[in-house]
Amino acid sequence: MANILVFAETRNGEIRKVALEAVTAARKLADATGGGEVHAVLAGPAGIGEKAPLLGTYGADVVLVSESADFARFARESLAATIAERARSGGYRAVVLGFSAQGRDLGPRVAARLDAPIATDVIDLSAAGDTITVKHPAYANKVIMTLVISGSPVVISVRPSAFTAVPAPKAARLDTLVPVAAQGATVTVVDVKEGAKGRPDLGEAAIIVSGGRGLKAPENFKLVEALADAFGNAAVGATRAVTDDGWRPHSDQIGQTGRQVSPDLYVALGISGAIQHLAGMRTSRTIVAINKDKEAPIFKVADYGIVGDVIEILPVLTAAVKAAREGH
Amino acid sequence: MKIAVCMKRTPDSESRFKIAASGTAIDETGLKFDMDDFAGYAVEAALQLNEKAGGGETVVYAVGPDNVQETLRKAMSMGVDRAVHLKADAVPVDGIAVAKALAAELKTGGYDLILFGKHAFDSSAGVVGTATAELLGLPCITAASQLSVDGGTGSARRELEGAAEILSFPLPAVVTIDEGVARPRYPSLKGIMAAKKKPMETKPAQLGAARVTIQKMELPPERPAGRIIGEGSAAVPELVKLLQNEAKVL
Repeated sequence: MANILVFAETRNGEIRKVALEAVTAARKLADATGGGEVHAVLAGPAGIGEKAPLLGTYGADVVLVSESADFARFARESLAATIAERARSGGYRAVVLGFSAQGRDLGPRVAARLDAPIATDVIDLSAAGDTITVKHPAYANKVIMTLVISGSPVVISVRPSAFTAVPAPKAARLDTLVPVAAQGATVTVVDVKEGAKGRPDLGEAAIIVSGGRGLKAPENFKLVEALADAFGNAAVGATRAVTDDGWRPHSDQIGQTGRQVSPDLYVALGISGAIQHLAGMRTSRTIVAINKDKEAPIFKVADYGIVGDVIEILPVLTAAVKAAREGH
Repeated sequence: MKIAVCMKRTPDSESRFKIAASGTAIDETGLKFDMDDFAGYAVEAALQLNEKAGGGETVVYAVGPDNVQETLRKAMSMGVDRAVHLKADAVPVDGIAVAKALAAELKTGGYDLILFGKHAFDSSAGVVGTATAELLGLPCITAASQLSVDGGTGSARRELEGAAEILSFPLPAVVTIDEGVARPRYPSLKGIMAAKKKPMETKPAQLGAARVTIQKMELPPERPAGRIIGEGSAAVPELVKLLQNEAKVL
């Protein structure tokens, strides 16, 4: 009966949502591989250990607290070395991470260090005997691959929001994990530029309001922002056409070459629905589209479409959403 | 600078895909293949870095069957100096197996910079570049959205969720390229002619054992057909009602 090691990623001293999802995925894998324990690596600056009970709430049996001033920022080489060393010495069956900006970087590093096979961006997993089987969307979400991973340990990163973090309370035992220093030349974090405050990340938001060329001018994005505010905690995205024109930052782009998102609600405003854009949002649970061209491809995937001028409709929709949320 | 770019040949991402009869691959009938989008950004970034530096050498690598030579040739028509084809019947889905072949080849190359796309469209895994860096023991930026080099030091920007890292690193290094660094140029007629005479070396790929294999490929479930509920502002009350009562998201 082997245990599962999970990387509980933090930023700015807080455990990220994707970390709790990774713990849930690790719990599922531990149960499928014989009921072993889940050990979570909680790395951060001094004091991060205070957050450990949250990981117990979501099913971690042991929290390995690794405190280092370097871990206040994303010290990729040292983190990878610390996780890999623990995975090796602890004899784990698998290392689980989130497929986030941190996990995309750490996963291949840890796998290469352990000479372990890796599956990334996983949306489901199971195990039978000596093999672990995962589902991985490929071809920009147009194909779902079922992959069989043989050997032990294996590295698996899970797509944000694919696993819902489920409380499974444990009185997690705490242990100290001594950080392993990076060897050789390393990357230096010169600065971290925080984005606009007050909005959730596109990968984590339950509701995304997104704008395209149909908004006609960059200043009209304030109408999109207003609708996002009316929904409460919504994120704001954009099409590639709009980010290419500099109306919105590149990091806001939803599509095949940008962010791929699956919120509960995706509101497409003045977006025609190019294949490149659909690849980034078609797995959203509910899609709303407002566009003046009733033949636009976005209407083929929209659960609810309205044909019309988005500039004229947006203020009306914003007011109606606000009223609905206030219970009128 | 001496820059290597590792690339993959992938099908046109705007295609409609079907699953092959084997159930473990896509049906390639009628698909157009070309340099992967992100590999294209990496090639362009390499060319611009060397143009800015006023010289150097840019070399492209690809693992795969003979048809990858067409893609390597395209990179040379964009301005890359030479190509190395690491021959394999197919590119394994196991990224570590591929990284081993590239690392074995690149370790004696004497490169200042080794670039990859941040991932390839087909496998959408994002493993090979960063894993190759680890196997080579080189510093690595995964998914840079900006990249510059000044002397022996590189600078990059990397997007995080809702933030961005500004990074500095010593050369030699590996960088995987996100969109935003550079839009690939179109090959000129002169470039296409010149590419025919540029050297293409072929050798067997020393792939690692494949421990990740495809058991099944399937298309995701189709979305139910879309529905237009009305026109103009008059349709807003109906939309809000549906969001509340049917979709239950409001």
